[in-house]
Amino acid sequence: MDKQILDKHLLDKQRFFFEHYGLTENDLERYLGAALSAGGDYADLYFEYLSSTSLMVDESMVKSASQGISAGCGVRVVSGERTGYAYTDDLSSGRILHAARTAALIASAPAKTTVAGFRKAAARSLYPVTLPSVDAEISAKVELVMRADKAARAYDPRIQEVRASYGDELRNILVVGSDGTFAEDSQPLARMNVSCIAKTEGNSARGTSGGGGRVALDFFFGEKTPEFFAKESARQAILQLDAREAPAGEMEVVLGPGWPGVLLHEAVGHGLEADFNRKKTSAFAGLVGKRVASEKCTVVDNGTMPWRRGSLNVDDEGEPTQETVLIENGILKGYLSDKLSSRLMGISDTGNGRRESYEHIPMPRMTNTYMLAGQDDPGDIIRSVKHGIYAVNFGGGQVDITNGKFVFSASEAYMIEDGQITAPIKGATLIGNGPDVLTRVSMVGNDLKLDEGVGTCGKDGQAVPVGVGIPTLKIDRLTVGGTARKDPGGFMQ
Amino acid sequence: MSSTQVVTGNPKIETDLREIAQDIVRRAMAGGATAAECVVREGDEFSTLVRLGQVETLKESGSKSIGVRVFFGQRAASTYSSDFSRAGLDRMVKSALELARITSEDPFGGIPEASQLGALSGELDLYHEDVYSLPGAERIDYARRAEKAALDFDPRIKNSEGGSFDAATGHKVLANSHGFVGEYRRSYCSVSAVPIAQTPEGAMQRDFWYSVARTLAKLDAPEKVGKVAAERTLRRLGARKAKTAQVPIVFDPMVSTSILEHIFEGVNGDSVYRGASFLAGKLGQKIAGDNVNIIDDGTIVGGFGTSPFDGEGVPTRRTVVVENGVLKSYLLNTYTAKKLGMQTTGNAARGLAGTPGIGPGNYFLQPGARTPKELIAGIKEGLYVTEFLGQGVNLVTGDYSRGASGMWISGGEFAYPVEEITVAGNLKELFFNISEIANDLEFRGSVAAPTLRVDGLMVGGE
Repeated sequence: MDKQILDKHLLDKQRFFFEHYGLTENDLERYLGAALSAGGDYADLYFEYLSSTSLMVDESMVKSASQGISAGCGVRVVSGERTGYAYTDDLSSGRILHAARTAALIASAPAKTTVAGFRKAAARSLYPVTLPSVDAEISAKVELVMRADKAARAYDPRIQEVRASYGDELRNILVVGSDGTFAEDSQPLARMNVSCIAKTEGNSARGTSGGGGRVALDFFFGEKTPEFFAKESARQAILQLDAREAPAGEMEVVLGPGWPGVLLHEAVGHGLEADFNRKKTSAFAGLVGKRVASEKCTVVDNGTMPWRRGSLNVDDEGEPTQETVLIENGILKGYLSDKLSSRLMGISDTGNGRRESYEHIPMPRMTNTYMLAGQDDPGDIIRSVKHGIYAVNFGGGQVDITNGKFVFSASEAYMIEDGQITAPIKGATLIGNGPDVLTRVSMVGNDLKLDEGVGTCGKDGQAVPVGVGIPTLKIDRLTVGGTARKDPGGFMQ
Repeated sequence: MSSTQVVTGNPKIETDLREIAQDIVRRAMAGGATAAECVVREGDEFSTLVRLGQVETLKESGSKSIGVRVFFGQRAASTYSSDFSRAGLDRMVKSALELARITSEDPFGGIPEASQLGALSGELDLYHEDVYSLPGAERIDYARRAEKAALDFDPRIKNSEGGSFDAATGHKVLANSHGFVGEYRRSYCSVSAVPIAQTPEGAMQRDFWYSVARTLAKLDAPEKVGKVAAERTLRRLGARKAKTAQVPIVFDPMVSTSILEHIFEGVNGDSVYRGASFLAGKLGQKIAGDNVNIIDDGTIVGGFGTSPFDGEGVPTRRTVVVENGVLKSYLLNTYTAKKLGMQTTGNAARGLAGTPGIGPGNYFLQPGARTPKELIAGIKEGLYVTEFLGQGVNLVTGDYSRGASGMWISGGEFAYPVEEITVAGNLKELFFNISEIANDLEFRGSVAAPTLRVDGLMVGGE
């Protein structure tokens, strides 16, 4: 056993299930034994205790406040490519054994002898908070949403509807596997969001802004204040009041730094998740070693960035997260993997096995996915565009990993004409093809930025928090889905 | 953080969920609440995925959760838990009572009036045990048969994301401090197939098909599901981009429901009272062409959106939302009705926590007379959309821009598949431009719409 010298603080947070539920290592071995009672290559247990708070101010009133607790244990048995899964929200020994025997139904062989002893994962502390925000005074959280409301309304008299919300959670997990895996983690997550509607006679527009991370409450009193998010949200709403129709068709597109990195997430990230490639259902299957982007592009997934929303000390299979190079100077280097895919494909486990909760089977997922900074000056990038759009904020996106087609929706964008940013345009969808969109990246800015910490990714009905980022990027050709009926010059109303 | 001690080894004690819900309400009232409401949900789920003939995943479990909403006068808060131990429930009630002290007085807050509460009587046919009593091997067989039918359909179908069979049952209890207590059970099963087809050059396309029902007896044969999935996938092979143009667009029923959902969001009382809807203030006005009639009906026997009472204990009902293009009613819960000076339409949707939102009953667009084929036959050049990608809809302004794929229509017939295109316009105009509605209304969920034709939208491509 790999004994670590843990500081007191870390020790307190770990041992959670042992202290609160009276679990022993003996119990864990017994449960794993039941899971492997009909054979199988691997079994694991995922214990989760999630507590959360949410608050919303609406019409300048704290209209809703809620707190909740959800706890349970998921048991997985893997036999070849087969996975059996069962869970219980009752952490009594009888219920966990029942779940283990249910999951065991996937296999049909003599019982396996299970582990004798666990290897504890090396302690890491990417988000060391002394007081998790869920345990902080609720009055401080009320102050945050009220301040956001006030700041958004003060921004401009045309801001007439403001909703500000705050939510946090603390997820305590314990993952143990029949291969000796043993990992505990205590994962805080907090987020603020401000949504505004600006109205003038006969016209209205929405703006939204938000952010957070695996941070404590003081983050919102120091680094990113409610006023910061409120002003940004209000600014977007006011700006959209004067937005013109977006053009339609193929054109040059410049993406601003930060959240527009959702492009990478949709266009290449999902297509590089190992499960799709193992099953050869991804448009990227078989492309390792091949050129999938211009040589200016290097894309990584990095679960080890301190405080980030997409970061994890260990993934939901107990494996430490890491920085994984997906694309290096345009060449596809590898996939994001979990235990199952790494074993079946003979590739290394990149620590990307994630799940929404104990009710869900883990699968390869992104953490923080971004493109490294390049050499170009952002101003030069804009100046190089004759006719195109400059998109700086996005709603969400989606991808069909099989044919590679992806979309993402701009919520703040401008026309670029003769190298100048001109009028703001209405939200438009951008659509492209994952395996070749990055080959059309002709300029990469020197201004890499990560998003503010708002991303939630959905796959197979499971939502997990993620981060994205890019420097300013120029894509030579991308289809823009606007409504303006005429071509260059004619789009103005 | 405080926590619960669970004594290991104890058998789980089954207690009547009705009693638990009523007890929580009593405890909240005893703790000083002026009104309280408790929801308990219990469910079982089974799912299996068979891929390339082999069982890939098998999942089976049950879960239970509880939530309470309390009021101190007009201040509200809610808490929830999955811990049904005495200590866990005590803590849930105590936290709710504490939390309600920090929220604001909202003059429109509160649970429904006692006179508004109730439940539909009569058999609603929402629960069938057969979805769960089917032996495991037969459930797996449903999934296997659906996938096999897709794989066997055509040699170009070379891969698959699998066939699946899912079943679930849910039991919901709601109790409040007016003495209301109601409960119902619902069941659900589905079979689906997701084949992948490939061109000789290696380009892949994926599509899917499914059948869903409250009882196995009404589920389509897996073979039929697999075959339709294969046909839908094959017709996408060789897809190309389309030219940027304004052409008539036909929405397949799989995507026409999205149009109806946009209207739903537009008549949702929550966005109406805050003026965040492009339909706010339009009651009694024309919002669509004469041919558009939209109904929300939570009372249809056996329906996917049917329940005896809504998330606040108000009986569900039939509401005409749009009649001959005129907006007749918003869809409301108690709070939004009070805000607008109206009556609830029994559309409260309650999760475990937070204030109730608004959800549809069986919400549908009334069908027209012509077949989808006849409708397509009338189009010289146009686009038939089978799938949308992304969101791209702004309900405040009505701006609409979505990624799409489908079939190009030429001379009244499908000519070739298209992809990587966008469809854009504004919802305010879109509803007036629904020039034709076909006769193929089929419920595959709580929202349903037939094939329809829309003019005036912009297709963005090359």
